[in-house]
Amino acid sequence: MKITRRSFLKISGATAAGTVMGGLGFDLSPVESYAQELRIKGAKENLTVCCYCSVGCGIIVHTDSGGKVINAEGDPDHPISEGSLCAKGASSYQIAVNSSRLQKVLYRAPYSTAWKEVKWEWALEKIAANIKKSRDASFMEKNAAGQVVNRTNGIASVGSAALDNEECWLYSKMLRALGLIYIEHQARI
Amino acid sequence: MTNHYNDFKNSDVILNMGGNVAENHPVSFKWIQAAKDKGATFIHVDPRFTRTSAKADIFVRLRSGTDIAFLGGMIKYLIENNMVDEFYVKNYTNASFIVNPRYSFDDGLFSGYDPTKRAYDRSTWALEKDEQGIPRRDMTLQDPRCVFQLLKKHYARYTLQKVSEITGTPTVDLEKVYKAYGSTYTPDKAGTVLYAMGWTQHTVGVQNIRTMAIIQDLLGNMGIAGGGVNALRGESNVQGSTDAALLFHIIPGYMPTPRAPWATLEDYNKTTPSSKDPRSINWWKNRPKYLVSYLKAMYGGKSTKENDFGYTWMPKLDAGQDASWLNLFDEMFKGTFTGFFAWGMNPACSSAHAGKVRQALTKLDWMVNVNVFDSETGSFWKGPGMDPKKIKTEVFQLPCAAFLEKEGSVSNSGRWMQWRYKCANPPGAAMPDGDIMFELFKKVRALYEKNKGAFPEPILSLKWDYETSGHFDIHKVAKEINGYDLTTGKLMVNFVGLKDDGTTSCGNWLYSGSYTEAGNMAARRKKADPTGLGLYPEWSWCWPLNRRIIYNRASVDLDGNPRNPKRPLIKWDAEGKKWVGDVPDNAVPPMGTNGAYPFIMKPDGVASLFGPGLNDGPFPEHYEPLECPIEKNLMSNQRINPVIKVFEGGLDTFTTCDPKYPFVCTTYRVTEHWQTGVLTRWLPWLIEAEPQMFCEMSLELAKLREIKNGDRVRVESSRGKVEAVAIVTSRWKPFNIAGQTIHQVGLPWHYGWLHPKDGGESVNLLTPTIGDPNTMIPESKAFMVNVRKVTRQPATTKKIEKKG
Repeated sequence: MKITRRSFLKISGATAAGTVMGGLGFDLSPVESYAQELRIKGAKENLTVCCYCSVGCGIIVHTDSGGKVINAEGDPDHPISEGSLCAKGASSYQIAVNSSRLQKVLYRAPYSTAWKEVKWEWALEKIAANIKKSRDASFMEKNAAGQVVNRTNGIASVGSAALDNEECWLYSKMLRALGLIYIEHQARI
Repeated sequence: MTNHYNDFKNSDVILNMGGNVAENHPVSFKWIQAAKDKGATFIHVDPRFTRTSAKADIFVRLRSGTDIAFLGGMIKYLIENNMVDEFYVKNYTNASFIVNPRYSFDDGLFSGYDPTKRAYDRSTWALEKDEQGIPRRDMTLQDPRCVFQLLKKHYARYTLQKVSEITGTPTVDLEKVYKAYGSTYTPDKAGTVLYAMGWTQHTVGVQNIRTMAIIQDLLGNMGIAGGGVNALRGESNVQGSTDAALLFHIIPGYMPTPRAPWATLEDYNKTTPSSKDPRSINWWKNRPKYLVSYLKAMYGGKSTKENDFGYTWMPKLDAGQDASWLNLFDEMFKGTFTGFFAWGMNPACSSAHAGKVRQALTKLDWMVNVNVFDSETGSFWKGPGMDPKKIKTEVFQLPCAAFLEKEGSVSNSGRWMQWRYKCANPPGAAMPDGDIMFELFKKVRALYEKNKGAFPEPILSLKWDYETSGHFDIHKVAKEINGYDLTTGKLMVNFVGLKDDGTTSCGNWLYSGSYTEAGNMAARRKKADPTGLGLYPEWSWCWPLNRRIIYNRASVDLDGNPRNPKRPLIKWDAEGKKWVGDVPDNAVPPMGTNGAYPFIMKPDGVASLFGPGLNDGPFPEHYEPLECPIEKNLMSNQRINPVIKVFEGGLDTFTTCDPKYPFVCTTYRVTEHWQTGVLTRWLPWLIEAEPQMFCEMSLELAKLREIKNGDRVRVESSRGKVEAVAIVTSRWKPFNIAGQTIHQVGLPWHYGWLHPKDGGESVNLLTPTIGDPNTMIPESKAFMVNVRKVTRQPATTKKIEKKG
């Protein structure tokens, strides 16, 4: 069965109703588990690892045929978590499906009281120009003792343990090429 | 972690101290439960009763900031009661090493202290060497200058009575913990320690952990299944981001950041750790190979022997310069920086003394903030007390993909590098962080190609070629980290083959072996467990070399036989002349033949009971937190750690034994939130479960301050104040500190003004700018506050009263 948003809502509704009626003494658990199965039936299983603490629990994220996240649950094959998730990991579905997500590139001009939506191209070009301006103005080839230091004193960075390993390497590479020495992140605090 | 999560099940005694594993690393608790099911004892030592305490066989309290006193007492107890693994201590630690005769310790100060510099000259802490440069030893451990005797003398002062007066822990409780944990001194028993920020966030943070490391060494618990010193780190990839050196003092793979006095590659390599002891492997001797391979990964073809492989392009710190977090924000506050990146971070809430950080952000010309949700950092300019019309900082808020919307790997605390697949597209304009970096650097480089600028060489020479079919390809980055044999173009098998002549490249030697010609090792999902110890050698990959428990040769005797036959981690196969079990650390024959010491990353090859490399002493010593409730340190006349850097002036204030701030305060987490809450406060399920800031306090303190459960209270330090809902609970109890009643309160640090609107502010508005003298990790776990009831009546109550 192909899960459309409509049928998904219908199933969710049935599940909720089932829970309420359960209080009347009827055993509706077969209905509930059938509904659960329907929810992810035909969905694609994607494997990932939780984004919160450092235990590294396995998560299966289900997506529908349109690529939309419809469910996230513990990966029973994972040797550390064996299908378990804590309250945060079990809520990770709501990271993907969340109307509060940042979805626009935003810019706040000096002394402005509001964000303005801008294009990636514009923002990246302006940031690059800022980097060059700050770097060129603060670059130090030699320190007070006359030793070669080749560093940018005017830019600092914090971040991030929320990046993947590959991104951490890229970020470290980029910042050090720019000459930064004030490079820090969560591990220090 | 020296060990890993599944390995908890192999322990006989598990100590969780400086952490709250059941609530903050909940799923890992199943492996503690697995150990308990087999009869293990689980101990929790904490200022507060938590859900971890509820599951503990032994729970005892201590006042925040007194862990060294608590554990120093355990060292004394173990030595006095002969609960020491003698074979291990003699063969695998520096207990028998002889210390310089000028070493001394008197009234809280080690030899070599300079009060004007607030620093030690560490030369008197050196270990003695013979004519060949090999450490002198007394294998009987009787020489009064041997490490073991000095250790015994140092901790003889930590009597049960004295420790109890400092920690507030009854002596009977101290003995209970010491006896239970000490029972692991026999080779057939394993004890493990699990800690978190409750140990690191102190002005004695490093020494807290070192005290426990000493205990683990005395008990023979390092390098064995079910043992180790295990940091339960707080973020999914804080292990990986540390390995990748997103920190000022290191470059990837824990190599030191180049410094000004080391002008050339040769100068840098002169600082390579060395050992003249043929029995010490001293693995760091290979560092020059890792550095050149790193430079090849940085600058590719532009890195040549003639230009020192591009070493000169690397930014260099001045000698002794510390660019760590607290100094970074101090400099920002002083106006040193025009530009700033807050990439996947929320320092406006996460930093100690967040009020100072928020002010510092106003001094910038521009800031780039990259995150999944809006945060108090990105929107600092419209926060409480800010007038946007007066703030010049230009802010770029870039939306990034969440973890499940991109591909890449993360390394958990157990060093397991696990691959994550892309599950869905990011919403709207959001992009994966890697793509943002890739595009941004291309733009910067284009500017330097077009226009003149300062020292363009490192920018123009950087190897930045990650496209496949016109798209950024994260696999190319993963392969660059693993490294290549540049003579064949093949991926490196592991770091053993790396060279210092420019024929190999490797972004991070520790990760070499993670992505080879055989494939992406981090993506492996085979569950074979040949040792039965839960090592799962074919599930994901772990550094170094897929070795699941590091220093594992410390688990065998001199002939290579497991000292604990119940849980053999590795074993020497004499006929096959090879080790069987975990990947050995490393593949030399057993000590009894012509082998080498097991602690291969230490220059002397053995574990350091005496640690001459730290800034605040070779043995851990109890000092009070910067802000503390008692006038005198009961151990010595040094009230605070004598070498901490005290920030003064501006917004930095401190109070100690001040009647205005009479209560000890600590900070912590709840299961439903994470860090500053940026990735949890916006999730309806989680914010419903834990909607707002609270302050937990004892029944006794509540009575003293006439506070009832559910009242609104104001918690105030000399730096700031926050409002919270009072939770009056027997989970907190007053401490008896040397006859004085001391109250302590605790608050979570997940909230901020931005969202939800009535959720409360960041507790870091209260914490001080002060750090550990070795790491500069802030002391966020012990500081002084006042707590008062907010008398303001809620509007709804008033209405009801009128009607009535």
